[in-house]
Amino acid sequence: MICLLAGAAFVFGRHRAYATSGKSISTLHSLPGHYGLYALILTTLPAVALLMFWSMLAPRVIEVLLLADLPAAMQGWSQEQLGLLLNDVRNSLKGYSVASDNPELITQFGERYQDMEQASNWLLWITVLSLCAGGLAWAWYKIRADHPARHRVEAVAVTGLIACSLIALLTTIGIVLSVLFESLRFFQHVPVTEFLFGLDWSPQTAIREDQVGSSGAFGAVPLFAGTLLISAIAMLVAVPVGLMSSIYLAEYASQRIRTILKPLLEILAGIPTVVYGFFAALTVAPLVRDAGNWLGLEVASESALAAGLVMGIMIIPFVSSISDDVISAVPRAMREGSYGLGATQSETIRRVIIPAALPGIVGGILLAVSRAIGETMIVVMAAGLAANLTANPLEAVTTVTVQIVTLLVGDQEFDSPKTLAAFALGLTLFIVTLILNIIALQIVRRYREQYD
Amino acid sequence: MEQRTVDLMQKRLKRRYAAERRFKWYGRISILIALAFLLLMFINIVGKGYSAFQQTHIRLAMTLDAEDFPSDISDAEALFAADYSGLIKKALRNRFPEATNRRDKRALYQLISPGASYKLRDEIIANPALIGQTVEVWLTADDDVDMYVKHPPKGDAGGEPGTQRLSEKQRTWLEQLRSEDRLAKHFNTTFFKAGDSREPELAGIWGALVGSFFTLLVTLCLSFPIGVGAAIYLEEFAPKNKWTDLIEVNVNNLAAVPSIVFGLLGLAVFINFFGVPRSAPIAGGFVLTLMTLPVIIISSRAVLKAVPPSIREAALGVGASKVQMVFSHVVPLALPGMLTGTIIGMGRALGETAPLLMIGMMAFVVDIPGSLFDSSTALPVQIYLWADSPERGFEERTSAAIMVLLAFLVVMNAAAVYLRKRFERKW
Repeated sequence: MICLLAGAAFVFGRHRAYATSGKSISTLHSLPGHYGLYALILTTLPAVALLMFWSMLAPRVIEVLLLADLPAAMQGWSQEQLGLLLNDVRNSLKGYSVASDNPELITQFGERYQDMEQASNWLLWITVLSLCAGGLAWAWYKIRADHPARHRVEAVAVTGLIACSLIALLTTIGIVLSVLFESLRFFQHVPVTEFLFGLDWSPQTAIREDQVGSSGAFGAVPLFAGTLLISAIAMLVAVPVGLMSSIYLAEYASQRIRTILKPLLEILAGIPTVVYGFFAALTVAPLVRDAGNWLGLEVASESALAAGLVMGIMIIPFVSSISDDVISAVPRAMREGSYGLGATQSETIRRVIIPAALPGIVGGILLAVSRAIGETMIVVMAAGLAANLTANPLEAVTTVTVQIVTLLVGDQEFDSPKTLAAFALGLTLFIVTLILNIIALQIVRRYREQYD
Repeated sequence: MEQRTVDLMQKRLKRRYAAERRFKWYGRISILIALAFLLLMFINIVGKGYSAFQQTHIRLAMTLDAEDFPSDISDAEALFAADYSGLIKKALRNRFPEATNRRDKRALYQLISPGASYKLRDEIIANPALIGQTVEVWLTADDDVDMYVKHPPKGDAGGEPGTQRLSEKQRTWLEQLRSEDRLAKHFNTTFFKAGDSREPELAGIWGALVGSFFTLLVTLCLSFPIGVGAAIYLEEFAPKNKWTDLIEVNVNNLAAVPSIVFGLLGLAVFINFFGVPRSAPIAGGFVLTLMTLPVIIISSRAVLKAVPPSIREAALGVGASKVQMVFSHVVPLALPGMLTGTIIGMGRALGETAPLLMIGMMAFVVDIPGSLFDSSTALPVQIYLWADSPERGFEERTSAAIMVLLAFLVVMNAAAVYLRKRFERKW
């Protein structure tokens, strides 16, 4: 409907421009198409904006109006009870059978709900159409041969582009605010110091007040330790392997081998993490356990070692592609100087190139660490749930991300500390990765400037 | 004295060359480790998963007596209500009359999947003329039977743990059926046509695929225009000031924020604040949009940057305004590159699991989602759910689902590479 109107407005705008221009188009300030677009924008933009705004707001308004004249007996109902009631009403409108204490109320409300919805729809269409008509009339009045339609249209276009780039900013603000608010609510239940320095993590709050351990313990240190342990194992795999392969690709491999091997390594980064998780849980973990038993070691079936190993493999391309970039960016002159002094290739790499590229490599490793800390699926599938405070890689540990997932999957009540704890963990995760990223990006950027 | 120096030199040189060779080998070995792991993973998954593309069926002679059906067989609704699982049980009893006591009968019935009766029902409703005849019908076997047929036990030990779920009697029955040619593996159409199920033999990925499709549709429709718009603004119009710097740093940082944090954002903002339906593709699409935006913005900016200034200057020189210059000259030239970046971003979104878990797209959904607002799951989430299931039949289906997911990713990346090769311009 609106598309049709838009098309009509475009044609109309052009015609109007032709008409006002007299005989020759050359008297027009802008191209005829600009006048068409101008009319189109005036006609549809306000209408579409209203439409979106309305459809977001209308259900809320209807609910409030509906609840405004509840029977006296229900005035004191809590928010949740009212929400349940509204759900029942909506379901009954969709034709589901609803089990409720007072069916008359539901049907009565249902009818009113429908009436109001209909009224709202009518009202909406009338306003939208009149807005369209108004826009069209305004365009009719405005379009003259000397009207600078192009400037107006371009201003709208640029505003649209600015809005697009602001969304990225809004996302960050959204992340910070949402995580922060829920975390603040969590810290009303649990003090910050206990969360950050407590040694016990058992978030299972009891259903009944008098149950044993009903309070739950929210000391996140075991989670931090577990995360660090698994990330450390991952980095122990990823850094040497990634660094050496990037050195080989950048310094030794011929152009042909490089063009084959590099994309193959990048495949490792493209495989979904859930696939790694599956592989870690069903293949690597039993392998690690069997190997451990063979050596006479006690290995948990969800050992940190298995998850860390697989995560390390996943991270190899992150390390290798960044170090490849920085190694290639080291100026040729430094290499040739070293060869000229009689150094072998490996000596040049170890004594000259790596020291020169070190800041960039460190930046890349920091980025990889932040990736390892935030990685979720591998640890959810292959690491354990129990919060052990241990540095033994053969035992099962849990991580921050695993706990976020376990706390938030399933039933959620948004006032229990159990659910809110996930947001506090998310906040910690966000802050830590943010700091790592900022430092890493700074280092990499400064390094680039050094050799540009 | 001189002699000794030369010797020392020679020795040292030897050592240095040995170190050189060792160093080179370290590099080769690291690459080998990475690639070997990749290969191992692929072989492992394909080896586990290929068998899921086949499903064991059992052929039974069904006597469709008219008295078991309602009198009016043209009425589909009445036919719908007939007792089809009873028919199957009868056919099983006819074939194996020796199963008389209750326990044996139960064991006998377990050979056929509980879903077989629905298939039989659909077949008979489609062709009511069968009623009154005795027909040979292929019925879906239970997952335990399926596993027994696919991985036959070796020796007398009873073989792998999964096959021990069948009793001695059930195995003899199966061997009888096999000797009569009544046991066969067919192509597993259920796997591609059905939604999720608690029974491995009835579970399929179609529901998850549709869910993923809807989710990606939302993601594409939002992230492509917004991402490209933002890139154009930042690259072409933005004045150099604090705000632009802030947005730039911000985009770079967002690209490295853990995906699960986006899931928390989606849960708190979209679902709890804006009331977007939980578990729905639209919510998943919103979250994945925010995740892929930085990827698209960064790659699109790189492409825009590569368009040479001469194009811009020529456009401006013939009197185009800046907006005209950007939209009629720069953007068309950069479009293939931006599409490539978008496809790569979409590929990443397709494989993303963690944020979707946060917004509840891991519900157990049997029905195929029909719209953006139905609750659904997505392919990687389905993989996660199946990987957690204890039934052995799900293990091969998980691997098969991974193969399908990887196939999609390969296709998408191949498309990106093709686009890049086809439209790549050297300026």
